[in-house]
Amino acid sequence: MLDDFFFRALLAGIAVALVSGPLGCFVVWRRMAYFGATMSHGALLGVALAFLLNIDPMLGVLIQGAIVVPAFLLLERYQTLSADTLLGILAHGTLALGLVIFGFMSWVRIDLMAFLFGDILAVSKQELAWVWVGGAAVLAILAYIWRPLLAGTEEEIAAAEGQHPEKTKLVFMLLIAAIIAVSMKIVGILLILSMLIIPPATARVFARAPEQMALIASGVGVIAAVGGLFASLLWNTASGPSIVVTALIMFLGSLPFGRAR
Amino acid sequence: MSHATINTRVAAECLAAGRKIGVFRGGRWLIHNVDISIHRGEIVTLIGPNGGGKSTTAKALLGLLRIDEGAVERAAGLRTGYVPQRMLVDRTLPLNVSRMMTLTGHHSAAEVASALGLVGIEHLADAPVQTLSGGEFQRALLARAIVRKPDLLVLDEPVQGVDFSGEIKLYRLISEIRRSLGCGVLLISHDLHIVMAETDTVVCLNRHVCCAGAPESVADSSEYQQLFGPQAADALAVYRHMHDHEHGPDGQIVAHDCDGHAHDHNHDNGHSHPDHGAGERTDAKR
Repeated sequence: MLDDFFFRALLAGIAVALVSGPLGCFVVWRRMAYFGATMSHGALLGVALAFLLNIDPMLGVLIQGAIVVPAFLLLERYQTLSADTLLGILAHGTLALGLVIFGFMSWVRIDLMAFLFGDILAVSKQELAWVWVGGAAVLAILAYIWRPLLAGTEEEIAAAEGQHPEKTKLVFMLLIAAIIAVSMKIVGILLILSMLIIPPATARVFARAPEQMALIASGVGVIAAVGGLFASLLWNTASGPSIVVTALIMFLGSLPFGRAR
Repeated sequence: MSHATINTRVAAECLAAGRKIGVFRGGRWLIHNVDISIHRGEIVTLIGPNGGGKSTTAKALLGLLRIDEGAVERAAGLRTGYVPQRMLVDRTLPLNVSRMMTLTGHHSAAEVASALGLVGIEHLADAPVQTLSGGEFQRALLARAIVRKPDLLVLDEPVQGVDFSGEIKLYRLISEIRRSLGCGVLLISHDLHIVMAETDTVVCLNRHVCCAGAPESVADSSEYQQLFGPQAADALAVYRHMHDHEHGPDGQIVAHDCDGHAHDHNHDNGHSHPDHGAGERTDAKR
């Protein structure tokens, strides 16, 4: 069955959806959508670094995250500029830097479209294994830091009561970089962000507890991935965007349930 | 937790202390040379004008702020309960009251229920926190702090968003919590009037410690009079006897036995002295 490209695509999409649901809930709760965008922009720099150092692009994106995340946290602490300004600088700065580095490597030709929007139908067995193993690792770490991370949404209280919200936040940010690294080949760096945000936003109105919202978000993501892939097969549309459009339709469908009570 | 030493403060354990602490930010000292300590069973009230560094001092004591001068000491294994001045639970976070109360620690349903009962909102255990009114949320935050059975309870302006009669009840509750938990309390307030009656030590902060001591000595201090004006000092003398009467639901005074102290000031405007910090709460923060 794994020899069937469509089946591999389904498995890859489901893996991304399962991980991005719970992770994305924290992106929404902590209002970190712009941080997610910064990480995905920076992924281009990571890929450029990977070509430069002749390593796997996934590793390049992880290294980029391991540099940009602490840099952001330090700038946020010691600069007077607000977080969204700093993120704006980092997002576009890393993106531009990545493109400039590519410009120097005249021997490299990259397919920017595939990079931005992914090519889920072309996912190899090896890439599939990576996204499942990497995704499972990300979920396991998230489960491990779940309680302190949730408590850390009220950073001052958590810190006053003996926790270390900054540390868990740092781990969480690196997890975002990791999910982008393992899934960019599949849904692309622009679309991974929507998988982090749209399913949790859809889940909100149906959830009564944080964990419930995470589970529902994963479920919404899986339905979007499967539904989007079949839709792309049926109507011959681009598969990555079809997944996101399916998620978007589900989000729109959830709106009537969420009128402010 | 011995209750015997609460009011005498004989050899009570020092929970947290700042020695000559200073916080320097943006080219100026937010606080400078501040000495403060809280012992077990003691209520310490921080007062002073807006921008006087009350919250800064509390946060420095809690380790939330880096200090640039002096030293902060906290008892080993100190358990802290913190009620911040503001807390905004994001609307996207589905959180009910009892879940919010167990964010930073595990507590049984019975413990949660009893803490909620103590603050009088046991019926709201399952309510989403975003649906609470300002006063209810303030109580939920207090319940969240006390369910931890803290050694040190830190309350940053707990009476904001609470009406006058609610304010008195809240102060009584705090002193009851102190008795039952045997904890130390650090209370930040604009309001000396009621705190005075319950508090052991008042520290008046205006970037530095203007004066500190038992409530009477603050009211007598010329430095304090200078800061707030003589009316506040007058009001203090009267408000020390707040526990002699209660307020009806409309805020009116229901006298018990007056013991000779003149209750001659008007409670209807008792909170609107325009020339000192206490009045700002009623007008500005609702």
